[in-house]
Amino acid sequence: MKLLHKLLGWIDARFPLTSTWKAHASEYYAPKNFNFWYFFGSLALLVLVIQFVSGIFLTMNYKPDALFAFASVEYIMRDVQWGWLLRYIHSTGASMFFVVVYLHMFRSLMYGSYRKPRELLWMIGMIIYLTLMAEAFMGYLLPWGQMSFWGAQVIVNLFSSVPYIGHDLAILIRGDFVVSDTTLNRFFALHVAAIPLILVLIVVAHLVALHEVGSNNPDGIEIKKHKDANGHPLDGIPFHPYYTVKDGVGAVGFLIIFCAILFFAPDMGGYFLEYNNFVPANPMKTPEHIAPVWYFTPYYAILRAVPPMFGSQFPGVVAMGVGTVIFFFLPWLDRGKVKSIRYRGTVYKVFLALFVVSFLGLGWLGTLPATPAYTVISRILAVVYFAFFLLMPWYTRIDKTKHEPDRVTSK
Amino acid sequence: MNAIRKLSMLLLFLAAPAMAIASGDSVHLDKAPVDLKDNVSLQRGVKLFTSRCLACHSASYMRYNRLRDIGMTEEQIKKNLELPEDVKLGSTMQAAMDVNTAKLAFGVAPPDLSVIARSRSPDWIYTYLRSFHVDNKRPGSSNNAIFPNVAMPNVLGDLQGEQELRIEKHEGRETSKLVLRKPGSMKPAEFDVAIADLTSYLVYMGEPAKLVRYNLGYIVLGFLSILFVLMYALKKEIWKDIH
Repeated sequence: MKLLHKLLGWIDARFPLTSTWKAHASEYYAPKNFNFWYFFGSLALLVLVIQFVSGIFLTMNYKPDALFAFASVEYIMRDVQWGWLLRYIHSTGASMFFVVVYLHMFRSLMYGSYRKPRELLWMIGMIIYLTLMAEAFMGYLLPWGQMSFWGAQVIVNLFSSVPYIGHDLAILIRGDFVVSDTTLNRFFALHVAAIPLILVLIVVAHLVALHEVGSNNPDGIEIKKHKDANGHPLDGIPFHPYYTVKDGVGAVGFLIIFCAILFFAPDMGGYFLEYNNFVPANPMKTPEHIAPVWYFTPYYAILRAVPPMFGSQFPGVVAMGVGTVIFFFLPWLDRGKVKSIRYRGTVYKVFLALFVVSFLGLGWLGTLPATPAYTVISRILAVVYFAFFLLMPWYTRIDKTKHEPDRVTSK
Repeated sequence: MNAIRKLSMLLLFLAAPAMAIASGDSVHLDKAPVDLKDNVSLQRGVKLFTSRCLACHSASYMRYNRLRDIGMTEEQIKKNLELPEDVKLGSTMQAAMDVNTAKLAFGVAPPDLSVIARSRSPDWIYTYLRSFHVDNKRPGSSNNAIFPNVAMPNVLGDLQGEQELRIEKHEGRETSKLVLRKPGSMKPAEFDVAIADLTSYLVYMGEPAKLVRYNLGYIVLGFLSILFVLMYALKKEIWKDIH
């Protein structure tokens, strides 16, 4: 024991081990009133680790070559020991990553976590979200099935609708005039090396920013206003051990759902693994219905809802881009006197509910072929989607808010 | 209680897409009686598969020796499937006819069937294989009711017999019906069982891991449930002073 203590002293003289542990765990004070919605941050980190580990082992057996890619995935599914498990962990993980991230973002909308002083924390989080989309999109090409190929073809073609530079931009992304072996190779490189590296860096930045300003909480009030004699927030508790064990419970609960999907319904009725992706990519045969994976479908529906103007798809592409980027401006769009939904008035609650309906509705419509009736519904929902953001300065100001408590409440 | 309500909401959110897809195609498909626990059925299925389908189609990701999964010994694999002497048990299932000959004969390359049960549903396969009928306008004089003008000839006709597609009018609505006009070597019920065997085999071949993943799933979920209880108890203990 004494030896261990000495060793720790030796390290601390050369590396900030104990002080880092204290600053970020044992003496990092988090509000004591976190509820169910506060599990998803740590769960996102858990899924990131799951994706890294399963991804590394998949890379050992996968071949990024248009001739062998599809076959190598089946090789993993059949001939590699536990290969099927690795593959399903990774494919389930991809979808669950978005489930967790969407719920994490929704938590911020409910409790105003993006508001001052957490604007930068929110924006770094949004960069993570966009990077994750790029990571998922490129990863989806790798199995080299029909949906991989044609999904990538459709999405990359969107870039070619950009005026003037579009054509060259699309060639730059593909490395070819069509999605091909070259595209597969570069997407593989980006998927397994470049983007994961960026992801880790910005996730660290997200955590550093969080620990600088401290967590928000379901009451949306600052716990740092009331401190004890030692300078610790009265309503705060050390992250370790309190939230390490609580998040541990959340992690095991999450893994139960994760494994239920993984072992009993890994394709989730065609939503986590699309049926058509079990047909090898065929550049000569366009599938009747091309749909992206479910986590992109809200934006895909927005894209299709905007009619082409001047013979160009570009307006739809802009709408889709704005639909994702608009989240960045939330801290300045929100003029409410209070942060948390607990003390907001009816108007905000109605708008948030409509936003959820529009997001889920667009997500559902994005998986379906565009019939005239569905297009009309998509347009209405797209208007609702943007109204949530664009009208926010108005409705958050006129909303009748309740009085915030001075100290956090536990339910 | 509140957490449980939220959890069930979450599950519902996850299941919603699955429900949406259930209301899809308009073509009526018969329910395939697939049973992956029935090794005898799977063994009959692979025999039908290698004797009929493998003439033109390959299953390039499926190895013969994998059939030990469904209870066959190496001896049985060789003998029951009547494998030629030069076929190694570790090799994958290759079509007897080469692709170029097949292209010349049928106009298209017969698709690989390794994962056919994953891209087409088992119900579709089960219905499709029982829906061939006589059509003199088509080369090979056969057509298919749910895959019109398919390039594949009716290779199971001697077993099923000849079917005829009859269009009937009921209260202004046209319905089509397949009627057996000349019996084959199997009775209709026997033929249905044979096709169910074949479909089951294709489902197994599409994902051999299916035979083990359910059982493993129960063990993993059992372990996680116990771990959950322990973690929850630990959390309760550590949090007991926080109010």
